[in-house]
Amino acid sequence: MSLLDVEDLHVEFAARGLDNRMRVAQALNGVSFTVRAGEVVGLVGETGAGKSLTALAAMGLLRSPARIPQGRIRFEGRNILDMPERELQRIRGRRLTMIVQSPLTSLDPLKRVGDQLVRMQRVHGTASGAAARERAEATLAAVRIPDPSRRMQAWPHELSGGMAQRVLIAMALINDPVMVIADEPTTGLDVTVQAQVLDTLRDLVSARDLGALIITHDLGVVAHYCQRVAVMFAGRIVEDGPVREVFARPGHPYTQALIASTPGRIAQLGWTITGGTPPDLYNLPQGCLYRDRCPRATPACLIAPPRVSLGEAHGAACHYAQELA
Amino acid sequence: MSAPVLSVQRLVHRFSGAGGTTVKAVNDVSFDIAAGETLGLVGESGSGKSTIGLLATRLLRPTGGRILFEGVDITQLSPAALRPLRARLQIVFQDPWGSLSPRMTIGRLLEEPLTLHAKLTSVARAAEARRLADRVRLPAAALARYPHELSGGQLQRVSIARAIANRPKLIVLDEPTSSLDLSVRAGILQLLDELQRETGVAMLFISHDLETVRLVSHRVVVLYLGRIAEEGPTPRLFEAPAHPYTQVLLSANLPPDPSVPLARHEVFGEIPSPVNLPPGCFFAGRCPVALPACSTAPPEPLRVEDGHFAACIRVADGTNILAPAEETAR
Repeated sequence: MSLLDVEDLHVEFAARGLDNRMRVAQALNGVSFTVRAGEVVGLVGETGAGKSLTALAAMGLLRSPARIPQGRIRFEGRNILDMPERELQRIRGRRLTMIVQSPLTSLDPLKRVGDQLVRMQRVHGTASGAAARERAEATLAAVRIPDPSRRMQAWPHELSGGMAQRVLIAMALINDPVMVIADEPTTGLDVTVQAQVLDTLRDLVSARDLGALIITHDLGVVAHYCQRVAVMFAGRIVEDGPVREVFARPGHPYTQALIASTPGRIAQLGWTITGGTPPDLYNLPQGCLYRDRCPRATPACLIAPPRVSLGEAHGAACHYAQELA
Repeated sequence: MSAPVLSVQRLVHRFSGAGGTTVKAVNDVSFDIAAGETLGLVGESGSGKSTIGLLATRLLRPTGGRILFEGVDITQLSPAALRPLRARLQIVFQDPWGSLSPRMTIGRLLEEPLTLHAKLTSVARAAEARRLADRVRLPAAALARYPHELSGGQLQRVSIARAIANRPKLIVLDEPTSSLDLSVRAGILQLLDELQRETGVAMLFISHDLETVRLVSHRVVVLYLGRIAEEGPTPRLFEAPAHPYTQVLLSANLPPDPSVPLARHEVFGEIPSPVNLPPGCFFAGRCPVALPACSTAPPEPLRVEDGHFAACIRVADGTNILAPAEETAR
């Protein structure tokens, strides 16, 4: 069953420029993907591609000046976008939770770790009192924090980066959600710690049959911790499919460029990348948004490409995907 | 063989920490870098990588040890005595936003190092700035802009252009691509590679990113808590890591390729505090193959093969290799 179903999502921001004219930035331009129970989906792309914005929209956290002119977001079959705030609050932090990037700024510095975990349960009415404390300790143990009863008493500033990230994972899991969104969950952590944190997350996702969306710019994380991947460029998903398929037969020139920019491929194939800047979101070009950077672009690319199927659940938004893959 | 461009000998650095404590950031580190060579310096947070970069460029004065630049002992030189050397001894930092004055145009930022170190007319200086911009592939229009108008990748090109302005012999690069996107990163690495081929500049490439270090370095030094765990030619160190810490570190790397299986060595225990370091090998408390002798005295670097050394007593009888880790399921 699909837990999260995002369909043709558009998000724009209206801003007044220095010349006092209103301008509109088209940040998301038709994002579609699904996350099912028991699967980890990776959302990759470069800075400004709209990854975190997609996560915020899915959590129902977008506020003015962000606008959603078009699109649908369904969580467990219900449309998040026309849900009243009170109802959203019953889902957010309970059924659908989020792990953010900077653990030390996301924990309340004035509350002990245990108290924060207890509060998460009390707010959502899942447990209170001794039961909540017991559960908090068990969850700390589940995210493999050594000596959990002592850590319950710890202040956030006493935790290392890896420990703090584990506490955030515990916060996200304590109310038994069905789905977790992790926005760059290990960026800034050392490699050995990153591997441990991701292992913990993956094991819990599979043990509890959760759906998970991992947002990252790190292809290594996608390659080893996700089953499916969606590649974003300029607010669009340009390719999606099973991880092994997409890495083995990328159909979109942007996906190909991303993979070719990894040090391992450079060592094999030499310097092949033509970098470039993403399109101006205030003034989006017609047709394929990757056109200006694409070595394969032709006049046909002035027409926006449809998603071309490249196999079971694998597709790329490029007119030439079939021959490129 | 000609003298190394940079020679760091038994370098030690201490910071004073909170409450009268002493942070032992760098503990007896020695290495050389030859002309045309890139030495990769890898390690996790707190391993002393960045401190070594600052010491090598004498932006910090070491607590102990010697630093020779082009054969000249610069360990105790005063800032004034260092200034003429700085033209040839450059550093590029991770954060280009923080390292370029927001109030100067790119053109002036590029002219600044020339003003300091070269006697040029203003016309010649402007021409040289244009040449530098062109060399790092910045559009000519960028010269009139301010840093906030450029992307991170373009700003890092400005930092590199400033570093090469006076034909340096050594550039220390402290995480130069860590804040950049993948395709932008590749462009910067390619630029550095070209510059080295053209000018023979030596580079000290500091990074926590194992994949990038493997790509750009000729030799690699692995640091753990301010001490060298292992040093060797890049291909050998990555293919056959000898120090147990290097084996653990490399096994945690996530190559961006799903067809490469992961086999991770698990280690437990906390990293010792640099305020209170253990007497022997710093990794002994977490090492799967530690012996009682590991905790008594600091291990000497032992030869693994030519040019490849590991500071592990178990190298002596070849028992330093960890049991193969199980492949982790996806």
